[in-house]
Amino acid sequence: MSARWKAAALVAPLLLFLLAVFILPIGAFLLRAVQESDVAPVLPRTVSALAGWDGAGLPGNDAFAAVIEDLREARERDRAAGGGEIARASARLNADWPGFRSLLPMTARRVAQELEGAPREALAGISEDWATPEPWAAIRRAGGPVSDFNLLAVLDLKRDAAGHIAAAPPDQAIFRGILWRTLWIGALATLLCLAIGYPLAWLIATAPPRLVPWLLAGVLLPFWTSLIVRTAAWMVLLQREGVLNAALQALRLTSEPLPLLFNRGSVLLAMVHILLPFMVLPIYASLKALDWRLPRAARSLGASPLRAFLRVSLPLSLPGVGAGCLLVFIQALGFYVTPALLGGANDQMLPYFVAFYASRTVNWGMAAALSCLILLAVAVILAVYGKLIGFSRMRPA
Amino acid sequence: MIATSRLALWIFGLLALVFLLAPVLLILPLSFSAGSFLYYPLPGLSFRWYADFWTSGFWLPALWNSLRLGTVAALLAGVLGTLAAFGLWRGNFPGQRLVMAVLLAPMVVPVVIVAVALLLAFGPLGLTNSFLGLVLGHAALGAPFVLVTVLAALQQFDAVQLRAAAACGASPLRAFLRVCLPQIMPGVAAGAIFAFATSLDEVVVTLFLAGPAQRTLPRQMFSGLNDSISLTIMAAAMVMVLLSALLLLAVTLLRRKR
Amino acid sequence: MLRRHLGAIGLFAAGLALFPALSTGPALAQGRDLTIVSWGGAYQDAQREIFFRPFQQQSGARLLEETWDGGVGVLRAKIQSGANNWDLVQVESEELLIGCEEGLFEKMDFAAIGGRDRYIPQAVSECGVGNILYSFVLAYDRARTAEGPKSWAEFFDTKLFPGKRGLRRGPKTTLEIALLADGVAPGEVYKLLGTNAGVDRAFRKLDSIKQDIVWWERGSQPAQLLASGEVAMTNAYNGRITAANQNDGRNFGIAWAQNLYTLDSWVIMKDSPNKSRAQAFLKFVGEPRVAAELPPRIAYGPTVKGANELVSPEVLANLPTAPANAASALEISDRFWLDNLDKLSQRFNNWLSR
Repeated sequence: MSARWKAAALVAPLLLFLLAVFILPIGAFLLRAVQESDVAPVLPRTVSALAGWDGAGLPGNDAFAAVIEDLREARERDRAAGGGEIARASARLNADWPGFRSLLPMTARRVAQELEGAPREALAGISEDWATPEPWAAIRRAGGPVSDFNLLAVLDLKRDAAGHIAAAPPDQAIFRGILWRTLWIGALATLLCLAIGYPLAWLIATAPPRLVPWLLAGVLLPFWTSLIVRTAAWMVLLQREGVLNAALQALRLTSEPLPLLFNRGSVLLAMVHILLPFMVLPIYASLKALDWRLPRAARSLGASPLRAFLRVSLPLSLPGVGAGCLLVFIQALGFYVTPALLGGANDQMLPYFVAFYASRTVNWGMAAALSCLILLAVAVILAVYGKLIGFSRMRPA
Repeated sequence: MIATSRLALWIFGLLALVFLLAPVLLILPLSFSAGSFLYYPLPGLSFRWYADFWTSGFWLPALWNSLRLGTVAALLAGVLGTLAAFGLWRGNFPGQRLVMAVLLAPMVVPVVIVAVALLLAFGPLGLTNSFLGLVLGHAALGAPFVLVTVLAALQQFDAVQLRAAAACGASPLRAFLRVCLPQIMPGVAAGAIFAFATSLDEVVVTLFLAGPAQRTLPRQMFSGLNDSISLTIMAAAMVMVLLSALLLLAVTLLRRKR
Repeated sequence: MLRRHLGAIGLFAAGLALFPALSTGPALAQGRDLTIVSWGGAYQDAQREIFFRPFQQQSGARLLEETWDGGVGVLRAKIQSGANNWDLVQVESEELLIGCEEGLFEKMDFAAIGGRDRYIPQAVSECGVGNILYSFVLAYDRARTAEGPKSWAEFFDTKLFPGKRGLRRGPKTTLEIALLADGVAPGEVYKLLGTNAGVDRAFRKLDSIKQDIVWWERGSQPAQLLASGEVAMTNAYNGRITAANQNDGRNFGIAWAQNLYTLDSWVIMKDSPNKSRAQAFLKFVGEPRVAAELPPRIAYGPTVKGANELVSPEVLANLPTAPANAASALEISDRFWLDNLDKLSQRFNNWLSR
């Protein structure tokens, strides 16, 4: 018992460290995908007035009066403390119903003055939008404390005024396409790595022993070279006034420089280059551990070389193939720097959009929802791997 | 038949190695160019881009930041990772599989997610734009490599030696420090070098967490590539490649020692 | 026996030695150096030479530089993540208005930077002080196309002028250019963009050359794209084009017809710990003598009264403010973009990513 606790106590520092600076921050970040904390503080009365509304037609008079009161108070708070509460609420609402970015601040400015007539007419006078159900439905959906708005949005879905899930409007429905693009680029990179990596690993595993260190060094040196250096190398090679175009023109193979950069091909090329060692090393490890008497026995029993390979050597090296594919595919899904530098506008993958929403539009909710999507994909791949091959057979490269 | 397929395999394999090695090897000589364009033939040789690297006021501080950050992060990851590996090796405790999953998680979570999460968590704590915040982030990313490497080293260590030390009256701590640690030291050092290399390679967390005073070499290269590719970046790439080669050499020597 | 301990002891000693480095981390975050954020490339090089370095020498304290390429979301993210590390930022006019309304910036204390009267009226606002007058212009390389395009309509004519086109990634300037090219009069552009039909019309026009557009983000990129022949013509900041001619021996041409005219401002980020140093910097660069040094290096107009008088006529003729250049200019409407930037950015990004 005490030995167990001592062992646990040794693990505890790293465990606590990773909980504090890794697991908890990521958990808190992912929670933002469902948290709704921007609208309720600005429009508390409106949100509760809308709770009983059925979503058909317009809400009752109390909701109109509540908006005016809420916005007056929120504007006072913003002006006093500079908290930007209204701006944040309108950003969130704008994501659901485009138009809120100007509607809410404008209404806040106008209701600060004396209003003519009853709340319903006064708001309709400020903007006709208040006389339609859509903005009200958006406020109710964002009332919080949690909603599925962002999670639906990254699947190109949204809820209509009555609360039913429906397809997002075509000009907003971009995320399924990006998800497939991400998976497709990842799969293609994995397949290419496998097609190049397996023969290379086989060669190293069967080469004369005195050559092996040199061949291995050829894999390890790029493996240790920084990702940013290798990405930079491709940029310099492929750019318009770069090494490759200059060489092609010097050899008179082309008369005009070719546009080699900022397309899907350049992204894929660099990704395969960067990820290839992650495929070669595990396959090499499993081939090295292979008992080479078995394929030889198959051959001596009359199997053709191809048959011996397919029925004996290949199955025995599958753990290495599985580990290599796992490593390459998971890393490919997380690629950000390389596509950002080498790709065009429609070669960007999910991680790019996480960074985009986090650093360029302050939409933490969407960044978190997209992160959930990536992590889900990673989890599915890990689960499939665990089911097919199992983690206990994975060898450290 | 076998000879031809063997020949084809060699040709294919060597071409694959050329594909792996050539891009970086092709661009490095550009950094010695006397001109300013990014293709061959070079108009002449000079060290002017290295002089620019040395004097510009951007690159040298970035190199220094990278080395300092990598060292501290590797030390932190090394100490925590070694202790945890020893604990995991010593005994079973409840929930070990789950613990292991947590400890290895930084290897599979895409780094952009880590970066945004840390930005949001560290911001209110004053840990962004600080050296400490970067150290914590990079140590978390590097720790699993230490753990895996040290666990592999411990597989070679015979636990009977610890019991023998205990029988001779040594406390567990003394036994660990005097008997176990010296034998697994190559593994510990290799793990720390992996963690250092992870930090040296890292762009995205730095992009989100670092202020201009904490810029690292890869981060500086990233913004340089975004802005305009100059040959100074090629000089910086040369420095990075030399550092990587040194690290690879160190790990290879440590492996041999083991 | 001691030698066996050496590894562990060394590790500990190294840890101890580095502990001060660790503990000064947060302290550094508090007392960080004044960080100025500008637009990179030839422009920031000029600023460094005449503003940053002299101010650093005069004040004797370190000054850090950062480069960005705009976007009010970047500023929002800085403030709302609680991780702001910028002090003084050069922003575009609608970013100034949006950020000011949202409380992202400190109020500008004009008494501390030389008084309101020092600056031309357009440069004075609640949260910022204008620093340059500039234009988005149609630029091309005379070395490749001697007889260059004359208007945005010709910019969209890929039969008359084959080759790729450079446009700034984002709706601002892109949509205006699309409508101008489609024959809309400058005075009608914002009226039309205020309607859905007008925005649809702009995107339809862009669709006609979408495959030929190279999107740039950083101000230094258009000149590079032209120089390498990547694009046949591009939308560009006027100063970068003149600077490439001056510094890099290029022969770029500018079609000033229907250029998009605007100004940038300095703002101080909310709760900046370096507010007073930032103000001292603004006071320094707001001296006419100092401000007048910019136009000869890069062709942007100063916002300080009396600075133009110190600039030679040849240089003044290259500025967007020269009467010949300003004749057909469209002033970018900061009010329009205040209301519509987020909405149209979203639509633009969705249009782009498919």
